[in-house]
Amino acid sequence: MLRMEVVSKEYNHRGKAVTALRGVTLDIPKGDFVSVVGSSGSGKSTLLLILGGMLSPSTGRVLLDGESLYDLKPDERARIRRAKIGFVFQTFNLVPYLCAMENVQVPLFLAGRNEGDQKSRAAALLERVGLADRLDHKPSELSVGQQQRVALARVLANDPAVILADEPTGNLDLETSERIMAFLREVNQEGRTVVMVTHDARAAEKGNRILRLMEGAILSAGQERGAFPREERT
Amino acid sequence: MRLRTLVWREIFERKNQLATSFLAILFGITAIVCINNITFFSKKAVAKELDALGTNILILPKSASVQDYYSADMQDEDFPEEYVTRLAMSDLQGLDNVSPKLSVPVDVRGKRFTLTGILPKSEFQAKAAWQGAGIFSRPKGCGVVVDVPLANKSEPKEALVRKRVVETLGSSEVLVGADVAASLGTKQDDALQLLGRTFSVTGILPQTGTVDDSRIFAHLHTVQELAGKGSVINAIEIVGCCDQISKGLVQKINKLLPEAKVVTIAQVVDTQIKTNRMMSRLSMIFLGVIILVGGASIANYMYANVFERRREIGTLMAMGAGSSLILRMFLLKALLFGLVGGIGGYAVGTALAVTLGPRVARVPVLPMPMLLLLAVGISVAIALLASYFPARHAARLDPCATLQEM
Repeated sequence: MLRMEVVSKEYNHRGKAVTALRGVTLDIPKGDFVSVVGSSGSGKSTLLLILGGMLSPSTGRVLLDGESLYDLKPDERARIRRAKIGFVFQTFNLVPYLCAMENVQVPLFLAGRNEGDQKSRAAALLERVGLADRLDHKPSELSVGQQQRVALARVLANDPAVILADEPTGNLDLETSERIMAFLREVNQEGRTVVMVTHDARAAEKGNRILRLMEGAILSAGQERGAFPREERT
Repeated sequence: MRLRTLVWREIFERKNQLATSFLAILFGITAIVCINNITFFSKKAVAKELDALGTNILILPKSASVQDYYSADMQDEDFPEEYVTRLAMSDLQGLDNVSPKLSVPVDVRGKRFTLTGILPKSEFQAKAAWQGAGIFSRPKGCGVVVDVPLANKSEPKEALVRKRVVETLGSSEVLVGADVAASLGTKQDDALQLLGRTFSVTGILPQTGTVDDSRIFAHLHTVQELAGKGSVINAIEIVGCCDQISKGLVQKINKLLPEAKVVTIAQVVDTQIKTNRMMSRLSMIFLGVIILVGGASIANYMYANVFERRREIGTLMAMGAGSSLILRMFLLKALLFGLVGGIGGYAVGTALAVTLGPRVARVPVLPMPMLLLLAVGISVAIALLASYFPARHAARLDPCATLQEM
């Protein structure tokens, strides 16, 4: 489903070359749930952005369903993101002036769905995440956990095959974190591919396998659940 | 959810930040509408006043001196009557009326008067002052049709009756000025001996306060015959359309008749030209101010708005929004901004013009729907132009840089 072929990424920071990824090769089959762990600056976020078609690599290729993302024009990559990829952000990134319902409608609007479809689909998704009674609430009127659930409902709006999550439990209490992880497991079991960047060892272990990054290179891959090193449990 | 929903919601979410830029464009448009509205009716009022003066352009022989505008035709020099034909055949705009005249001195019962030959209909039509006295009607020219609100008056009925007489002014008929009639004790239908020919007095003209009061008017061709000068005249009076005079009618006549001298009631026309120029300059100054201040304010606001919303833009891009949608999102906001600013500016500017017009310019002012197009056009154009570069900047943002936590 997702494949990285010898992908490297170099930034130019104040005249100095900084290597974020070094020749990463990776296969993520359909329906996989991969947790990406590593210290800050290890290249986790860069990897996620490159997988999502948001950041072009310096070298190498990224394929989604056999299609090389960065051989496409930016608008074509945007079309693929609309159709196949859903992002879950650490700070949710809800549009502050739209209510919960409208926030979930945004990806449907971008996909060109009519207003009636948008509303019925958004209402159903918000009901699924337990927010049927918060449709008209703006993000500022919702708790942090509720905001994250709106973000999850939004990510499912266009029924994406791939979900890329960046620290989805980073700002949440234990109970809400567990609810979010249960949700991700649930959508993974529906057949979606999930790639999750996290510092949370408990969350990482929910994945099928853990990918450890260090200084832009994959240190270990394919670890089974429960193999998360004790010192990284938080 | 539609693009306009997204734009509309954002505007209302951050309406306070928008207020300064909105007020800048609103005040600018208000000033432009107000000035243009008052100027329009001021010009019409001045044109009406100029029109009421009667003739406002004189064509004289080249060597003639112009000491007194109203008696400038009292000189020995003359020029061919054919000049009238040249004027008539030209494509000059704004000639409401053309009246050729030939004036010669005459002695009547020991007193000296001026016998002025006229082509009756056109001469009479040129005399707006007489029409005001209820005697003659005038054609509907550009000066006459000026619509100053509340100032229109219907033509007096007597004008039609007397017009028939004027049109049939024969070769042995004369009209006598008020002073002449008083001095000679002449009444209508009296006989008057002039240059050896007997004329019948067909009308006594009312007092006008001009040199015309001491003139006797006969048919131009009769006077030419009695003076023995052939087909010549020594003046052509023109009722020129005020607007056209401002646009250089005098210069155009000069070009058409290079052998003649063309003069106008300089101070009256100058006043109007100066007023018009001042208003036009004021309008241009406000246009400049609105473009600079309003445009800069909008551009500044839009850049700040893009900066503030960069995470939102990045999120939209991550969800699959293309750069064209981001561009349209900001330009639609600018369009709404311009529309509301234009309509609001028109409403406030019109209200101000209607209120202030009678006090400032001493003319009644009515709303001008045409100015709504001008107001909206300027407002939208400035808003779109000022927002284009910020919008383009937003559309070209690197989505990764906008999602800093990733």
